[in-house]
Amino acid sequence: MTVAVNPTQTGEPVFYLADEHPHPEGYSTSLGFWIYLMSDCLIFAILFATFGVLGGNYAAGPAPKDLFELPLVAVNTSMLLLSSITYGFAMLTMQQNKIAQTQMWLAITGLFGLAFIGIELSEFAHMIHEGATPQRSAFLSAFFTLVGTHGLHVSCGLIWLVTLMVQVQKFGLIEANRRRLMCLSMFWHFLDVVWIGVFTFVYLLGVLR
Amino acid sequence: MNTDSHAAHADDHHHGDSHSHGTFSTYMLGFVLSVVLTAIPFWLVMSGALPSKQITALVIMAFAVVQIVVHMVYFLHMSPKSENGWSMMALIFTIVMVVIALSGSLWVMNHLNSNMMPIHQMTGMK
Repeated sequence: MTVAVNPTQTGEPVFYLADEHPHPEGYSTSLGFWIYLMSDCLIFAILFATFGVLGGNYAAGPAPKDLFELPLVAVNTSMLLLSSITYGFAMLTMQQNKIAQTQMWLAITGLFGLAFIGIELSEFAHMIHEGATPQRSAFLSAFFTLVGTHGLHVSCGLIWLVTLMVQVQKFGLIEANRRRLMCLSMFWHFLDVVWIGVFTFVYLLGVLR
Repeated sequence: MNTDSHAAHADDHHHGDSHSHGTFSTYMLGFVLSVVLTAIPFWLVMSGALPSKQITALVIMAFAVVQIVVHMVYFLHMSPKSENGWSMMALIFTIVMVVIALSGSLWVMNHLNSNMMPIHQMTGMK
């Protein structure tokens, strides 16, 4: 459909295409997914703000200094960082159409992610065992909400990763699967970016406080 | 004129191709930088190398900001050109929102804390 716009005082009428022209499938997926990540970023911003406001209210309960073990957090951080680089290798081998190697790097990424979640859960279990439950103080509520939400994201990323490995196994590195792997790559690296904020503002500044 | 505008139009829509993917060396560079930028703040806090806590806090926050930029560039392949600049636009908008939400919350709640009368004084006024 073409629409004629009222001609200006002089000159010919100007025509514009009013209909959406055809696009290849998934051409806007990466921008759309980026905008989703940005909205997710706002969720984390609010949780960080909550933690910033309530992070000092211990209600005579345990403080970060009593709870956090920085060596463990450092190990956890390196797990996530290693999983980021191995996902990068998966993307590189995907571009070279090497299915087996892509699957191998995805599996390694998944193992690092699993290690991250495992360490985090054992940290939580240890804290709860010591009586530092989310109900104990405003600081602990904010802590478990923020770090727990991040952990939940990583867990969802792991489920997504396994799903995509099955997809790649079944259908190979077809265009749709490449697009999905691309989105998961953005998601995974984004979670690593959020973790930078978590270990800096929650753990390091908490111990410093 | 018609063919010109058509050509420009076709150019606009090479979304897939304009996206950069990074190479082995850019990924490794990003990784090494991240390791260094993570290790230094942990070391600063765990060893207490800097004399004052305020300085340490400022330094590790600066390291976090730099590391976030490193991740954005080397892992998320952000560039002003990706998606014809729309990713960057979304990112800038998000940063503005995040800064307003964070600084606003901290500022307002801090004021409330310091200006609010403690409960025992309030009951004494009756």
